[in-house]
Amino acid sequence: MNSLYTILVYSENIAGVLNQITAVFTRRQVNIESLNVCASSTPGVHKYTITCYCTEEMVKILKKQIEKRIDVLQARYYTDEDIFMLESSLLKISTQTMLENPEVCRIVRHHGARIVEVNPTYSAVEKTGTTEDILELYEDLNRLGVVRQFARSGRICITRDTREYLDEYLAEREKTVES
Amino acid sequence: MKQRITGAEALMRSLSAEGVKTIFGYPGGSIMPVYDALYDYTRGEKKAFDHILVRHEQGATHAAEGYARVSGEVGVCIVTSGPGATNTLTGVADAMLDSTPIVVIAGQVPISALGTDFFQEVDLVGVAQPISKWSYQIRHAEDIAWAVSRAFYIARSGRPGPVVLDFLKNAQTEMVDYAPEKVGFVRSYVPYPKLEMDAVQAAADLINGAKKPLALVGQGVELGNAQEELIAFLEKADIPAGRTMLGLSALPSTHPLNVGMLGMHGNYAVNMKEQECDVLIAIGMRFSDRVTGSLKTYAKQAKVIHLDIDKSEINKNVKTTVAVVADCKESLPAITALLKKGDHKEWRESFKPLDKKERAKVIEPAIHPKEGPLLMGEVVNTVAEATQGDAVLVTDVGQNQLFATRYFRYPKHRSICTSGGLGTMGYGMPAAIGATFGAPDRTVVCFMGDGGFQMCIEELGTIMEHQAPVKMILMNNNYLGNVRQWQDMFWQRRKSFTRMMNPCYELIAQGYGIPYEAVTDRKNLAAAVAKMLATKGPYILECAILEDDDVLPMTPPGKSIDEMQLELAPPPTPPVREGRPAE
Ligand SMILES: Cc1ncc(C[n+]2csc(CCOP(=O)(O)OP(=O)(O)O)c2C)c(N)n1
Ligand SMILES: [Mg+2]
Repeated sequence: MNSLYTILVYSENIAGVLNQITAVFTRRQVNIESLNVCASSTPGVHKYTITCYCTEEMVKILKKQIEKRIDVLQARYYTDEDIFMLESSLLKISTQTMLENPEVCRIVRHHGARIVEVNPTYSAVEKTGTTEDILELYEDLNRLGVVRQFARSGRICITRDTREYLDEYLAEREKTVES
Repeated sequence: MKQRITGAEALMRSLSAEGVKTIFGYPGGSIMPVYDALYDYTRGEKKAFDHILVRHEQGATHAAEGYARVSGEVGVCIVTSGPGATNTLTGVADAMLDSTPIVVIAGQVPISALGTDFFQEVDLVGVAQPISKWSYQIRHAEDIAWAVSRAFYIARSGRPGPVVLDFLKNAQTEMVDYAPEKVGFVRSYVPYPKLEMDAVQAAADLINGAKKPLALVGQGVELGNAQEELIAFLEKADIPAGRTMLGLSALPSTHPLNVGMLGMHGNYAVNMKEQECDVLIAIGMRFSDRVTGSLKTYAKQAKVIHLDIDKSEINKNVKTTVAVVADCKESLPAITALLKKGDHKEWRESFKPLDKKERAKVIEPAIHPKEGPLLMGEVVNTVAEATQGDAVLVTDVGQNQLFATRYFRYPKHRSICTSGGLGTMGYGMPAAIGATFGAPDRTVVCFMGDGGFQMCIEELGTIMEHQAPVKMILMNNNYLGNVRQWQDMFWQRRKSFTRMMNPCYELIAQGYGIPYEAVTDRKNLAAAVAKMLATKGPYILECAILEDDDVLPMTPPGKSIDEMQLELAPPPTPPVREGRPAE
């Protein structure tokens, strides 16, 4: 059975790692739903947050194939219960329609979104939340025909676990090099 | 102590520091500074290396593979950018699938030209990454000492594999304060996972309770130099063992617990018994589809213990009951220490009737035919008998490979070079060249088909130049025989482009000045083989082989391994075609 998994990958900051990670998904015919890459809280370590739908058996294989790449430090997978997660989005809407139809502002408020710019031509709306929150806002506004552009980020997340597995791994490796 | 030298010279020093003795290569524009340095380092007082000029860069990679396989050292290639680099990719992919340690160093355009579609520019790291263990671009001379040492460390440690270094031309000419480096640790890479005693205990418990244990021995045993540890393990618990094609010499074929080769064209009994054993112990093998046949039915009755250094192999193809992720040099003795002395005579004896059946139906007719044209089986058997003991077997790909691996003998370790995972035609001849440099004191025999012989035929030039003592046995059936067999068995005998017109190989041999003899008649075979082996240097023995002989036994592709056939099913009725006379 397919479920949504969030895979957190940490790698050394060496060129070409992203290619190697995405190639693992392509080879096993798993689509990446979203991808976010940024520096992690550990200096010199990059963090990749990847979501995909697949079976648990497959996500275990993906994890091991990713970790097999030399410059990857660690890959672990999570379900939504295991993490705090966020996505953000931006919408560009027509100011004229917004002014003509009070429903637009009501929807923006109802969804807890923020209007971050208003000018005579367009207005910009920002919304942070889960995928579902964001898509609901988009659909509600789109139904009114006001959306000119829509952008949604990849997922970012931190784990709920009290253990820090990357730190443990790095400490363990540190010990190995000393001995 | 630091010294100011060019990047090219720094490469020479780094290679020397890694213990490199032999380099297979081919020069070109983007690697000229390195070749200029090589000029000094291959002669005179600075001499550190032998450089073998191949005739095609693919040949360099296979030669490096053959060298690595027999010697246990890292094979090294140096080539130019662009076409030189892309020509190595088949060998890199081959080395990846077969866990062979090689380092390919390719020239690259200078940093100022990168990304501009410069003459002979190819994004080598981009194309090599998915088929190599590690690929890295050396952009400046300061990186050389680190990158080269890291490359060798990664290639040879853990599960070995190919590493590609893309060496920018500016980095070759820049001056650098060179000091050797020795990389023996990479934070993100754990080549030797820590042995977990719980797993060792669980494995030992399963084996101690087994009534019908069966071991599957792979190349990992050779790569881990655990041949002795394997024997101690098998003997203590009295476990029969089959070997994969790449693992054939990991357990001497003369050992009483050896029960033959696994896989699609392996031995009959062991294939049947994989479906009957109660505990299956896989050691340094990866459950390739050529071994397992259909996974839906493979060894479902058995508890599976998997010993592997690469955790990504665990549960990849076959569900494992107990995984022992570690170097088998460590895990085998740890398990052996916990084993009770076993006695599985009855179980082992039960292989014998099946062996007998295979011997009568398949082996005897293949190695001792009474009439008709020569067969591959008898040629291999004759060579195996004549070389008893010391020879290294190199094969190309196809029927020649399957007959050669089936009927050769492997009393010694590190005695087989064959392209298992990628099945690369053209591998044989250059790999055999590499093997003669990797094991200069051993006889190297190389079986090839008429198709594969022509796929790296240019390496006859390398053989000629170095008088590399490769005993080439060209088994000529005038067909791309392996494909022809599948067409006959599964494609209604429609031989689509598998018949092939052959050149006069005697004239080719003459052109290269390589001694040649042809055998067409079985009564001359043994003498011809003896003459080949007694002749110093290279030799080509061409054998005229029955055109439509088939390799048996065979598990049809996608079928369960207990559906292995000892004889051909009656031919399917060819499709009736309107207006055409039946063939
Ligand atoms: C590079 C490459 N191309 C194609 C194939 C597919 N293939 C596998 S075996 C074979 C026939 C080999 O013919 P030959 O070398 O004459 O050997 P034979 O089977 O006749 O002994 C072919 C074409 C391959 N394995 N490698
Ligand atoms: Mg042939």
